[in-house]
This record gives sequence, structure tokens and C-alpha cells, in this order.
Amino acid sequence: MLNSSLSKKRKFYEAFMKVLMFISVGATAALTLFIIGYVFIKGFPNITLNLLLTSPSYLSENIGILPDILNTIYIVISTLIIVLPLGVGAAIYLTEYASNKKIVSIIEYATDILSGIPSIIYGLVGMLLFSNNMGTCLLAGSLTLVIMNLPTIMRTTQESLKTVPQSYREGAFGLGAGKWRVIRTVVLPSCIDGVITGCILSIGRILGESAALLYTAGFVHILNTQITALMSPGATLTVSLYLYAKERGEFGVAFAIAAILMILTIIINFAATSVQNYFSKRRSL
Amino acid sequence: MSNIITVKDMCLWYGDNQALKNINIEIPEKNITAFIGPSGCGKSTLLKTFNRMNDLVPDVKITGDIKYNENDIFSKEVDVNSLRKEIGMVFQKPNPFPMSIYDNVAYGPRTHGITNKVKLDEIVEQALRDAAIWDEVKDRLKKSALGMSGGQQQRLCIARALAVQPKVLLMDEPTSALDPISTSRIEELVMELKEKYTIVMVTHNMQQAVRVSNYTAFFLLGELVEFGKTDDIFSHPKDKRTEDYITGRFG
Amino acid sequence: MKKNKFKENIIHGIFLLLGLITVGFVLLITIYLVISGIPAIREIGLINFLFGKEWASTAAEPKYGILPFILTSVYGTSGAIIIGVPIGFMTSVYLSKLASPKTKYLVQTAVSLLAGIPSVVYGLVGMLVLIPNIRNIFNIPDGSSLLAAIIVLSIMILPSIIKVSVTALDSVPKEYEDASLALGATSIETYFKVSVPAAKSGIAASVVLGVGRAIGEAMAVMMVAGNAPNMPNSIFQSVRFLTTAVSSEMSYSSGLQRQALFSIALVLFMFILLINATLNFFIKRNKE
Repeated sequence: MLNSSLSKKRKFYEAFMKVLMFISVGATAALTLFIIGYVFIKGFPNITLNLLLTSPSYLSENIGILPDILNTIYIVISTLIIVLPLGVGAAIYLTEYASNKKIVSIIEYATDILSGIPSIIYGLVGMLLFSNNMGTCLLAGSLTLVIMNLPTIMRTTQESLKTVPQSYREGAFGLGAGKWRVIRTVVLPSCIDGVITGCILSIGRILGESAALLYTAGFVHILNTQITALMSPGATLTVSLYLYAKERGEFGVAFAIAAILMILTIIINFAATSVQNYFSKRRSL
Repeated sequence: MSNIITVKDMCLWYGDNQALKNINIEIPEKNITAFIGPSGCGKSTLLKTFNRMNDLVPDVKITGDIKYNENDIFSKEVDVNSLRKEIGMVFQKPNPFPMSIYDNVAYGPRTHGITNKVKLDEIVEQALRDAAIWDEVKDRLKKSALGMSGGQQQRLCIARALAVQPKVLLMDEPTSALDPISTSRIEELVMELKEKYTIVMVTHNMQQAVRVSNYTAFFLLGELVEFGKTDDIFSHPKDKRTEDYITGRFG
Repeated sequence: MKKNKFKENIIHGIFLLLGLITVGFVLLITIYLVISGIPAIREIGLINFLFGKEWASTAAEPKYGILPFILTSVYGTSGAIIIGVPIGFMTSVYLSKLASPKTKYLVQTAVSLLAGIPSVVYGLVGMLVLIPNIRNIFNIPDGSSLLAAIIVLSIMILPSIIKVSVTALDSVPKEYEDASLALGATSIETYFKVSVPAAKSGIAASVVLGVGRAIGEAMAVMMVAGNAPNMPNSIFQSVRFLTTAVSSEMSYSSGLQRQALFSIALVLFMFILLINATLNFFIKRNKE
């Protein structure tokens, strides 16, 4: 009785499911490795100092991505500077002030909608809202990205605020501190990890963004000075990858940029996990 | 009276930690055997060895042998799934699947290849009747099992175990998560079930062991201290440690 | 005292404004899309616009029917779901239930890398790997096609599906699985017949999330789908999605043509809102 092993049907089911799982995991892993490997192999030989440190010129037929690198940095910094106070403030409102459940659920629903809107729609709305008023420029791109990244910053900050023990707040209130003082001295310092995680995730999203920037920040490869940069149009690395590949057929340059973006993606992934591990370890102490 | 499970010189380690030491015990057929002892004494571990649920724990090592009806349960020829079909289990916390009441009970038979609707209906009804819950649920078989009370859920879990027609039913503190009324209903049920099944029950509650079981085994620190008829164990314990435990001097 | 109270009230007010900022943005986006999307629909007529089979915005007698785009988006997304969901689902079950901790960590790292790759990189790799291969294998003049877009999209939705499904499967109580094993089910039977049904709301949410990602993707699709406004009659056709319809003519459009692009965005936005509502439904059910 006990020796009767599985029926044929059950054995087949068992084997069939296992095979399907192995194929799927294999495919997922192989695809990732393939994409990364392919981009690196095609991209690295094309990364030269000249490419990194010069501007493109039709006259000398030179292609350089220095303006794109700088534009990317400008956009990342200006977006973060604007989105951080907004996102952190909104998160503080939700966790510290909001007492009306209805308002909270409306805000959370709106945040969900924002994070679900595709970037092409952001691009369009950004164009209508910002570029049509201030011209196509990096700042218009940044402002568009601010709306896009707001949910990310809010969510990570909120998560870290939730882990601040209620007793900290009560302790401070017990000493007669006002609400704002408690927030400034107790709540804000303890949401640092959420803010940092949010920043890293946002940087990743900004680096990868193209559809939202095409018609807001434009696609110009001119070297801007720091002062005028925000009000001038300019392409980020990702946008110029698209332009070089699709409009100009310069696949070597496109792959060089892709390889750079891939390295940045890997660094950002690594940074996000290590920051989270670091803070969760410190918290558990 | 014959024995259905025979344990010989069995030891069990979790990693470096020896959880069971030289266990020898014979479980009598169609009786209720209670395993008692303080927490961590190894009684649940031994129970879970009978249907090889310990296989799922990483780093577990077992020596000695356990025979079920003359079959060595650790032998390579034994199919663990068939073993578990013969030796069913009811857990400490009621754990019905998040499915309908009917699907919960039909899960086992379906797994073992019964697809005929009429036959399944029959099995489900019989199992629910045997678990004394048929009258309460017959009108809502298609409703989710999670909507039932804790006591009902546990009787459903018993029905689910009975539906695969096991010979032995292992019960791991089946009433510890329940209120007194549900507990006494389960106890009554268990006493009826012994007509058809062999029951091994781990319990924390000594009154329960006295009320329900025919045989009692007392465990301490991984050892089987004493095993015998329940009446004997509780009225004339042979071992000093058993006496101390049942008189409430520790535990 | 009074001064302090006043200050606290002001600060409360500021935070309230910050809290409502997302609501404001959603309203702003909705209003802008509606205001700029309605005029063209009015002029073209809702039926002609949504169900017109021809898009010829620059013809002498322009036609603005977006049925080809709607169908392409629906087919493209369905195709991506048909390929991506089984792979992602099977991977999730493996990772959550069978994989050793090390394998799980490695594959999950790979999956989050996959999620972080910019969509233009997917498009680029698709242009150079998929398109020539599709052309050669199926012997068609141009490999830029619905098929190429479907393949790219099915890879792009994998991370959302795997991440959310693994979380859902990980949180299935072990007691369910123990009960199933104790009834004599094998571990594989247990995972697929007990764990998966127990995690079904989470898995459904992952699929809806994938749908959202696929229907909203623009750049990668723009690079591989060919962008001709054809009716998607075959997977080898060059097609244009709702997203790419907006972006491919934006830079040179004007007048009614430009307004029609806004109307397309409005339609896309409606799709997204619908998907969002579905997602919320599943998440809520999951919580219960």
C-alpha cells in the first residue's frame, strides 16, 4: 500500500510543472544576462574619452555626449531640489497631521493615480503646463519629473515615518513641545533613510526617463553654462540615446550611452538595497 | 489488540540539538493515545515524525526506525505521499484553505485522483458527517471556510483529514486555540472517531488526556519517561518525574 | 501663547497644502487633458474618432480614426500578457517556494535590474536583435512589427509581475501548505493548488500592473513597432500604439492634427484610470 508511488497522472503533473518553472526562471535569468551582456559588449568599445568630454559638431562630424551628461546632472539635481520638500511635506502631513480618514484616502488614491500615469502623458501635460509657458527647457523637464517622482518620495518617506515609535513623539509632547517643534526635532531626523531611499529610486527613474522629456526639455546637444542651463533646452543621456539610435542611426554612440546607463542602473540598484539594509540593521539594534 | 505504529530506538536531531532520545513506543490500533509533557519535551516532534512532516525541516537527522503496519516508513520504497494519506494530521491552529467548505474537504480526494462528482459528493458528505459538522454546514457548502467559527474550522479540518480515509489521525494540540465549548465538542468527536481510527493526540491539558485517551505517554526533555494505560499513569505513576508532572509540581 | 498657536496653525496649513498637492496634480492633469482633448473629438465626432479605421492626419482630406491605435494597444498588451504572465508567474512560484535562498537572491537581483533598465535601452536592443531576426526568420521585408513590440513589452512587464507575485506568494501562511502536505499532496501540487489560489488577489494585481505598464510604454515600442498607422491585421505589420501615436507626430503637428493627438492622450488616460480602478479592487480584496 505504502509502496504504491504516485499515479502516472500525478507524476506527469509534477514533472510538467517543474519543467515549466525551470524554463521560466532560466528564461528570466538568461534574458537579463543577455541584455546586460549585449549592451556592454556593444557599448564599451565605443566609450572613448573624446565621446565623454566633447560636444557634438556637424562641422567636424564629431560626436560627444558631454552636454548630455551635464544636462542629465542638472535635471537630476533640480528635480530633487524641488520634489524633496514637496514629497517629504506631503508625507509628513499624511502621517503626522491628517486626522480625517476621507482626506487621507483621497490623497492616497491620487498618489496611486499619479504613479500609474504613463510617462508619455506626463510629457504631454508637462508640455502644456510648463514648456508652453516658459519655453522648452531643462527646468520644464524638471518640473514634469517632479510630478512623476512625487509618489516615490512620498511613499518611501511615509514608510520610514511609520517606523518612528509613537513613544518618541509622546515623549517630546510630554515636555511641552509644540507640534512643529516635535516634527522638526524628532520626526524629520528619523525619516532620513526614507528620504535617501526615495532619492536613489528617483534618480534611477529620472536617468531612465525619455518620453516625458522629449517635448518638455527638448533634444538639443549644446553645451550650456551652469547659469543658463535650466532655461535652455537640452537632451539628457536617455533622450540622446533615443535620438542617436532612431533618428541618426549612430548605433555605436547609442550603445555607449546604453552601457553608461546600464552601469548607473546597476550602481543605483546596489545603492538602494545597501541603504535599505544599512538602515534596517541600524533600526533593529 | 495490535499495534499500528512501532518506534524502535529512535533519535532525532535538529542540527546539533538532540530533540528525541532513544524513543521506544508502540501505538495501539483503534485507541486514543495521548502524548503529554512540558513544552519542548519532544512530543510534537515525535508526532510529526509519524507522517514524516519533519522531512520539511532543514538539517533534521533521524536514527532508529519507525514501522507502520510492518513497513519501515523511512525506507526508500515508501512513498511519503501515500504514507501521509494513511496517516492524517490535524494541526494546532485550525488551518482551513481559503476556499469553499466543499473544496476544503474535496481537496484530499481530488489530489489522490478522484474526479467523479457523485463520488466526491458522497465522500465530502460522509467526512463532514463523521466530523459531526454536516448539519451545520450542509446549506453553505459553497461558502468560504474562513467565515466559520474557530471550533467549526477545526472540525472542518478533521473532516478534511478524514476525507482521504486514513487509518491513523495525528492531532497536534487540536483544541489549544479553541474556547471551552468548542473544545468539549472536539473531545466528544475524538472519542467517537476511535471506533474507526487510531488517534494519537498531543495535548498540553492533562484533564483532556484523562477525559479522552486510553493510553498516555509522558515525555520529558526528549525522553519517553513512561507509557501505559491512561488510568494507570494517572493513578499509579511508576516514575517519580511523571508523578511530579501530573501533580502539577512543574510544567 | 496666542502667537504660538497662530504659528502652529500656519504650519498646519502649509502641510495641508503639501498633502493635497498630489490631488491638485491629478486634477490639473485631468483638466488639462480634458480641455485640450475635447475640441478635436467634438470636431471629428466621438464615433468617427474612436471607431474610424483610418488615420491620415497629413492627407489633403485628413482622417482621424484611432481604432487602429486602440486595437494595436489592446493586441500588443494582450500579447505581452499572454507571453509575459506565464513566464513571470512560473518564475514567481519557483522563486517563492522552491529556490534556495541564494538562487532567490540572485534572480531577484536580476529582476530588479531588469526593472531598472531604461525603456530606450530595451528599444535599442530590440532594434538590433529582434528586428533583423524577425525579418530573417519570417522572411518579411521589415522586422519592425507588432510582434517585435509584443516581445519587448512581455520582457518589460516581467519585473512588475514577478515582484508583486513573489511578495503575494511569500505571504501565504505556512499552515495552508502543511495541511496540504499532510493530506498526501506533493509539494508541487501544494504550491499550485493551495498556495497559488491563496495568493490569487496578489497575483491578479501583478497582472493588472503589467497591463498598465504595457499599455503606457512609449519609447521602446516606438523604436520597434514601425509606427505606420495600420490596422493590426497581422502580427508582422508595422503598427502604431496609442502612446506612440501621441509622440510620433507631436513635433511637427499643428491645428486639428495637434488637437487630435491630445484627444488620443485623453483616451489613453481613460484606459489608465480604468486599469487603476481594477488594480485598487484587487489590492483591497487582498487586504481583506
